[in-house]
Amino acid sequence: MEERKAKKMHELGIVFHIIKTIERIGEENRLNTVTEVTLELGEVSGVIPGELNDCWNWAVKKTGLMNEAKLLIEKIPALTFCESCKETYGTIRHGRICPYCGSEMTYLVQGNEINLKEIKAC
Amino acid sequence: MEKVRIIEVKESIFADNDREAERIRSQLKQEKTFLLNLMSSPGSGKTTMLMRTIEELKYEFRTGVMEADIDSSVDAEKVAGAGVKTIQIHTGGMCHLDAGMTEQGLKELGTEDLDLVILENVGNLVCPAEFDTGAVRNAMILSVPEGHDKPLKYPLIFTVCDVLIINKIDVLPYFDFDLEKVREYAHMRNPDLKIFPVSAKTGEGMDAWINWLRQQVNDWIRTD
Repeated sequence: MEERKAKKMHELGIVFHIIKTIERIGEENRLNTVTEVTLELGEVSGVIPGELNDCWNWAVKKTGLMNEAKLLIEKIPALTFCESCKETYGTIRHGRICPYCGSEMTYLVQGNEINLKEIKAC
Repeated sequence: MEKVRIIEVKESIFADNDREAERIRSQLKQEKTFLLNLMSSPGSGKTTMLMRTIEELKYEFRTGVMEADIDSSVDAEKVAGAGVKTIQIHTGGMCHLDAGMTEQGLKELGTEDLDLVILENVGNLVCPAEFDTGAVRNAMILSVPEGHDKPLKYPLIFTVCDVLIINKIDVLPYFDFDLEKVREYAHMRNPDLKIFPVSAKTGEGMDAWINWLRQQVNDWIRTD
C-alpha cells in the first residue's frame, strides 16, 4: 500500500512537468484550449500508464488551458543491444543479460522515453 | 468554431527542466558557488556522511546545506547543529527535487556569500536521477548493507553521477558485499565514475573523498 502511494507520487511529479511544458507551448502558440495530449512512454520508463492517467485526470482539472484534455499514451517497446554479439533483444523479456550469448555488456537502445509527442488544441 | 491545430512537440518531458538546470549552473558559475547534489537510498548514512564532510570543509569554504525531505525537519535540525547555514526544502510529498525547487531553495538560502552548497536530495534512487537539479556535480551514496547489485537494479542513477561513495565499509566483514563487483557493474554503466569506499562512522577512506570534493570546488570557484 505504501509503495503504491509512493509510486503514484512519482507519476504526479511527471504530470506536473507535462502540464508545465504544455502551458509554455500554449503561451508560445497562443492556444485557448488543449483537447488532446499524446505522450510516448517507454516500457521501462518507470512510469505506470494507469497511474499516470489517474494523476493526469486529477491535475488537469486545476488548469484553465487543458482541464478537459485527454491523455493518449503510445508505448515504446524496450530494446537492449548486446555489445558482445551485436544482437538486439526485448528488454522486458530477457533483462540485462543477452539471451543470445549470455554477455552482461549490454545497454538499452530505447524504452526509457517519456516524450511529449503532440498536442491537439484550438 | 475554432480550428483545431496539431502541434508537434517531439521532446522529452524533462527538456524544460534540463534547460532550467543549465541556467542555474551558469548562474552558480557567475556567483562562484559550487552546488553538490547528494543522492542515496534512505538509511545509507547520508546525514552522517554530510556532517563529517561539513566538519572537514567548513573552515575552508563558506558552506550551506539544503535538506530536501518529503515532510520532516529532523535532518535539517541535525545538520544545523554543525554550525553552517541550513534550510529545509519540503517537496510537498514529491519524490524528487527538480530544477525549479532547487532554485527556490538556493534563493531562500542566499548563495552570494557561499562557496559550497550541498543539496541532500530525497532518499530514493529512482526519481532524483531523472531530474537535473542544476548541481555542478552529482554524488551518490551506496551503503554496504544495501548489496552490490544496486548498479544493475538502478542503472540510471549510476549513469548521472560523477562520484559514488560506498559507505559503511566498517561492516564489510558481516555482509555478502563484493566491492569489486560494484566497481565492475558501476563502470559498465559509467566508465568515468569515481568510486570512494568510506566509513563515515570510523572516518576510514574519508580523506580521499574530501580531497576530491575540495579539488572540484576549487576548480569551480577559482576559475572563470
